[in-house]
Amino acid sequence: MGRFIVTRGFQSLITLWLLVTIIFVAVRITGDPADMMAESRGDEAYKAQLRKNWGLDQPLHIQYAKYIFNLLQGDMGHSFEKSLAVRDIYLARLPNSIKLGIAGFLISIVLGIPLGMLSAMKVNTQWDNLGKIFALLGLSVSNFFVGLLLIILFAVGLGWLPAIGKGDSFFDWQHLIMPAFSLGWYFSGSMVRITRSSMLDVLGTEYIKLARLKGLPEWVVMAKHALKNAMIPVLTLAGLNLVIMVNVAIAIEVVFNWPGVGQLLFDGMSNRDFPMVQGIVLMSGVMIVILNFGIDILYAYVDPRIRLAK
Amino acid sequence: MAILAPEASSRPTVSLVGVYTWRFLREAPKIPLTILTVLVVLAVFAPWIAPHDKLKPVKPSAEDCIAWFGIEKCPYIDDRPPFWGKEVRTVSNPLGGIQRIKVKEGRFNVVLGTDYLGRDILSRLIYGARISLMVALTGTLAAGVIGTALGILAGYLGGWWDHIIMRITDAWLTLPTLVFAILLSSIAGPSIKNVIIILAVVFWRRYARLVRGEVLALRERDLIKLSEVTGVSTFRIIFRHLLPNVMNTVMVFFTLIVGVSIIIEANLSFLGVGVPPPEPAWGLMISQERESLMEGKWWLAVFPGICIALLVLSANMFGDWLRVKLDPQLKNR
Repeated sequence: MGRFIVTRGFQSLITLWLLVTIIFVAVRITGDPADMMAESRGDEAYKAQLRKNWGLDQPLHIQYAKYIFNLLQGDMGHSFEKSLAVRDIYLARLPNSIKLGIAGFLISIVLGIPLGMLSAMKVNTQWDNLGKIFALLGLSVSNFFVGLLLIILFAVGLGWLPAIGKGDSFFDWQHLIMPAFSLGWYFSGSMVRITRSSMLDVLGTEYIKLARLKGLPEWVVMAKHALKNAMIPVLTLAGLNLVIMVNVAIAIEVVFNWPGVGQLLFDGMSNRDFPMVQGIVLMSGVMIVILNFGIDILYAYVDPRIRLAK
Repeated sequence: MAILAPEASSRPTVSLVGVYTWRFLREAPKIPLTILTVLVVLAVFAPWIAPHDKLKPVKPSAEDCIAWFGIEKCPYIDDRPPFWGKEVRTVSNPLGGIQRIKVKEGRFNVVLGTDYLGRDILSRLIYGARISLMVALTGTLAAGVIGTALGILAGYLGGWWDHIIMRITDAWLTLPTLVFAILLSSIAGPSIKNVIIILAVVFWRRYARLVRGEVLALRERDLIKLSEVTGVSTFRIIFRHLLPNVMNTVMVFFTLIVGVSIIIEANLSFLGVGVPPPEPAWGLMISQERESLMEGKWWLAVFPGICIALLVLSANMFGDWLRVKLDPQLKNR
């Protein structure tokens, strides 16, 4: 087990380094950060000044070394617009995004898992079709559009819920429910699908047949034998979804004016704040690398075949 | 030539293609196929089908101008409701105490109304189909070509090729698609060309993963082993034996990724880093009308939203059907 953790840890470190490098290279291939920062204000002299200030005029390998060196110290640079460390601004906004992500995550589970189970238990019936249609709609209707529809219906039309903002107290569900639903909506589609196919796999196995032959009541077979075994891939996807939800709620945070990381990214984009944008993107990648590492360790802990392979 | 001619003419290629196409179309699910066909036709023939220009405001009639502005000539009427709608507002004249009633009526020649610059929404939606389809198809295709090539190289050549390509792919995969796309497009600047490039850069990695897996399994099969033994060149093995065998998987994946591409493009345009104004991209149309939404003019944002949903929905349904059709193991899934 110890050896497994060390190898995986090493691989994750390499992935992290590649990630950082990809961002560095991709940014410089697709365009000039100075162009992004200067556009409307920009004559050539101003751009040259910007490049000088931000170290973009130096040779690439020196820029790269500085970039890596700063990152190792946890320094993602300073925001162009707000003259504060990107890290501090980011960390101040992160809790809001996590809150929204967790709420969306719960909604996707509450909607997705029961419907997926129902589809698998009553395969090829009307219930199954309902599950399929739900999953398709979830994956096809873009989440910012769901958000806008909710605003039209509940905020503008019926006036039940506040349209935008976060609210003052932490447990303000009225502000949270609409963005969380639009976020969870998309991910519940994939939850339905994976729950269904995982349940179908398990229901076809010998031990389920045995449990039924023993004469166990159907709900015991489902709850005790099938569900537990079917949950492993579902929970893996759910864990991954949670981290993704924290990071990709950009359009939703913009629609609902939710002060999270996504909105910060949007502001960074609109204000041409290059270090801010780069820092946020980097953090979202780092989070996923760490999560993948955690999932691998957990899997190896649960299933000896994984840690003993090769 | 004389000997070849009758043989070539007796070959029933044309009719066979016809038969296969017909069978394919008959088995395909009707609803998504119809929607896709309609949207493709609209996109291709947009200039002939669209009733108005996509960029210029619709010229209102004199009676409409009088009803709303109280004068005979006006350049355009903005936010005109759809054909069933009617907006009535009363304004008091600041000079005298006389109230004037302003009426904005829906007209059949601008079926879905006009946007904030008085442009016909229906025409813009039709041209929008063009943008969405073109961007998503080209972007996904480019991603498919890059990803398939790298996947085959990694899977077939193995060794260091495999290690390096797959490490890079893994690292590439850790960035959430939308976030990565936003980083690239905020630097590259908004333009249709850039969105296509970004879709290719963002989606190739998924193809590479998938194709590599396929190739790893194929490599052990007899057809490849035999070719290797008989001294067929690597180049030929890749193009004549591996590529045709992974095409099924790639095609299914293509249809599924097109849906995601459309959503990503809509997201980018919505956030202002995708297709730039004044082009009528659907995502952009929604974002431009967010304020009118709060005034209760819901249709302005809902029509383009429905278009995106319909297109993605039918692409996904079609992709699902194709996946099941080409993979008999999934029949009951």
